[in-house]
Amino acid sequence: MMWFNYAQAQSFMPTEGTKIASQVDNLYGFLLAASFISCVIVIGGMIFFVWKYRRRTETDKTAYITHNTFLEFLWSFIPLVIFLAVFAWGWNIYHDMRTMPKDALEVQVTGKQWAWEFEYKSGVKTGNLLVVPVNKDVKLIMTSKDVLHSFYIPSFRIKQDVIPGMYTSLWFNADKLGEFHVFCAEFCGTQHSGMLATVKVVTQAEYEAWLIEESQVGMLPLAQRGQKLFQAKACASCHSVADASAKVGPSLWQKFGTKELTEEGEFAIDENFVRESILSPNAKTTKGFPKGVMPTFQGQLNETELSALIEYIKTLK
Amino acid sequence: MASAAAHSDKNYLNESSGLWSWLTTLDHKRIGIMYFIAVMFFFLLGGVMALLLRLELYSPGQTIMTADQYNQVMTYHGAIMVFMVIIPGIPAILGNFFLPLHIGAKDVAFPRLNLFSWYCLMAGALLAFSTLFTHKIDTGWTFYTPYSIKTGTSVVTMVIAAFIMGMSSILTGLNFIATVHKLRAPGMTMYRIPLFVWALYSTAILQVLATPVLGITLLLLSVERAFGVGIFDPALGGDPILFQHFFWFYSHPAVYIMILPAMGVVSELITAFSRKVIFGYTAIAYSSLGIAGVSFFVWGHHMFVSGQSTTAGVVFSFLTMLVGVPTAIKMFNWLATMYKGSVLMRSPMLYALGFLFLFAIGGVTGIMLAVVAVDVHFHDTYFVVAHFHYVMVGGTLMAIMGGFYYWFPKMFGKMYSESLARLSFVFIFIGFNVTFFPQFVLGAMGMPRRYFDYIPAYHSLNAISTVGSWLIAIGFLISLYVIVKGLISGEKAPANPWGAKTLEWTVPSPPPHHNFDVEPVITAGPYEYR
Repeated sequence: MMWFNYAQAQSFMPTEGTKIASQVDNLYGFLLAASFISCVIVIGGMIFFVWKYRRRTETDKTAYITHNTFLEFLWSFIPLVIFLAVFAWGWNIYHDMRTMPKDALEVQVTGKQWAWEFEYKSGVKTGNLLVVPVNKDVKLIMTSKDVLHSFYIPSFRIKQDVIPGMYTSLWFNADKLGEFHVFCAEFCGTQHSGMLATVKVVTQAEYEAWLIEESQVGMLPLAQRGQKLFQAKACASCHSVADASAKVGPSLWQKFGTKELTEEGEFAIDENFVRESILSPNAKTTKGFPKGVMPTFQGQLNETELSALIEYIKTLK
Repeated sequence: MASAAAHSDKNYLNESSGLWSWLTTLDHKRIGIMYFIAVMFFFLLGGVMALLLRLELYSPGQTIMTADQYNQVMTYHGAIMVFMVIIPGIPAILGNFFLPLHIGAKDVAFPRLNLFSWYCLMAGALLAFSTLFTHKIDTGWTFYTPYSIKTGTSVVTMVIAAFIMGMSSILTGLNFIATVHKLRAPGMTMYRIPLFVWALYSTAILQVLATPVLGITLLLLSVERAFGVGIFDPALGGDPILFQHFFWFYSHPAVYIMILPAMGVVSELITAFSRKVIFGYTAIAYSSLGIAGVSFFVWGHHMFVSGQSTTAGVVFSFLTMLVGVPTAIKMFNWLATMYKGSVLMRSPMLYALGFLFLFAIGGVTGIMLAVVAVDVHFHDTYFVVAHFHYVMVGGTLMAIMGGFYYWFPKMFGKMYSESLARLSFVFIFIGFNVTFFPQFVLGAMGMPRRYFDYIPAYHSLNAISTVGSWLIAIGFLISLYVIVKGLISGEKAPANPWGAKTLEWTVPSPPPHHNFDVEPVITAGPYEYR
């Protein structure tokens, strides 16, 4: 199996974070080796014939060979057998990929332009960060708030489109600690390539401690709760908080208490302005930014949460 | 003989003159040339966009354009190259010009319809370009719902443009089917037509049967956007995945609309430059039909992770494997044709060999993508981008170039600079591999497609890919120079510069208006090199 490992080493695949990932890589390694051999036969054969039978005189006589049934049978049948074999191998792994485990840790995933939201059974919510325990079956139940997205973890070799109006699911069992990229793989507009998240695989004990810490957010001072919410709602995907650089939306750094020039006129940024901007974002839009890009958060935030966000924005100095 | 000499200075190019005589021509050869001019312009436009995209991707973050501009350029590059370059490319240019010549006919079956098809493509193209001056669209060429319903851009105009261009494709297909059935010269049985004609015939069947489905789908999308009827929009109870099923039911066969004619061209090139009878005529002819048939049942392999059922994924994976077999048969037949031949490495043959090389890589990566478990990782990554560029550009575009250099003397009665044509090939071939091979690796590493920005780990391979795109551009500029120089100051071409055996080489270069002064009578197959 030397060539097999060699093929894998040359394949540039990301770290294998799950058992399924190494199964996929085995199959990919086989395909790579088989493809390499086929290309050597076809391209090598081509180069050899071109050289061996190069035209020597203008009056060269060529053989009159119209067909050869046995050869034609061989080069139809052998590829067919190989194709069917890799089909069956792929089917086998796909079956495991798509068979959801029982008693898995379930996490709700919501894709929206342009962020991922995760909600745990205990009610803990995070934005663009999925924390899971190692060696534990995790099932993601996913939907979208707006357009199609696709939840893709390269290191786990899994991907599934996320669709508004229905649930799709994924499962994995991470066997390596660490942080892994999550990409959106289905085109979803302006910030498609910025719709990133991280899967953080931790030990069971760390996971439990993290859950408790997250669920005690209610005890924190208002501004800190606002900061947590700001992350959980992935506001930072579109608004910078540490400098004045514009992302999809305007920066919120050092904004509170100043005046903002909007399409509708100039307004002081006070508590009411921030509140309106969160709940009815199209009422007043900062000059230079298009209308209709920011979604409304009407009905998604309660009064305390709104106050927490406002308090947090006040601290951005 | 006296009358033949008197005829010889009149040909389809100088038979009548003036722009109006071209715009109202019913001559299939002139219509072919008009398609050539239009498609070359579209290709230039789509190509410049490709260069801009690669330049933006040279390094992570914003380089030369914003994310929205990137999405727009990406959409127009795809839509132009698919609907205006590769689909009409071979059938409308080379097919129009050579199908009647290949079967010994004076013209296609419906010359007026043929001209109308050209105007359809022009009308669709103008409408499509009009969106450049209003709200540029940013949906990608696939128009996936519900994004295409929500985005505030000219989606309706664009899909109507695609609808009209689809009409052009259907009419061309219809015309070719009728021509192949009804206008073959005496003795030209179905088993004596050149394989290029078989390929065009299989393509035409796909054009006629599949394109209407695209038309209906795009109309439904327009209705959805205009009236909110709730077919595809989940907010209204519609099903966004239904759109994908409809879309790929056309667009998968469309992939073969793009590649089958290329395979036909390659069959012609390899026999002509090997001076040898094609190996397995029947197998190649029937594998074209086989590919066309199976291609209707594999659309679901574009949707392995879309949310279609697991069972559907497995079935589509299985059916996709079946397309691999006739494709492999063709590859081996072309190889066997060179065996014991007399191979001359002129520029058209270089392009044909380039086709075999790139199509082999495009083919094996196609099998990888057809394996459902592996596709889950590769789906919507640069692996797919690399794969379809290897097949569409490495395959179809190589065949267009090869075919064009092969038939240039016949079309214009002039020869071109062989050494510069070879130089152009070297740049295009090397540049192509430098551009797209790293994208396989990027895809394996997990870089998704349609990404304006990427993580730093993908930087070096993206930079290499961008440099490759410049080499391709140089290659095509050289080709443009070769063509223009050949047209202006090329030596006069003989009737049969390559010593090929198909019928078009029996008439003068360029051919007379009615193709054949005397209706040919066919007594043998198309590749009788004995």
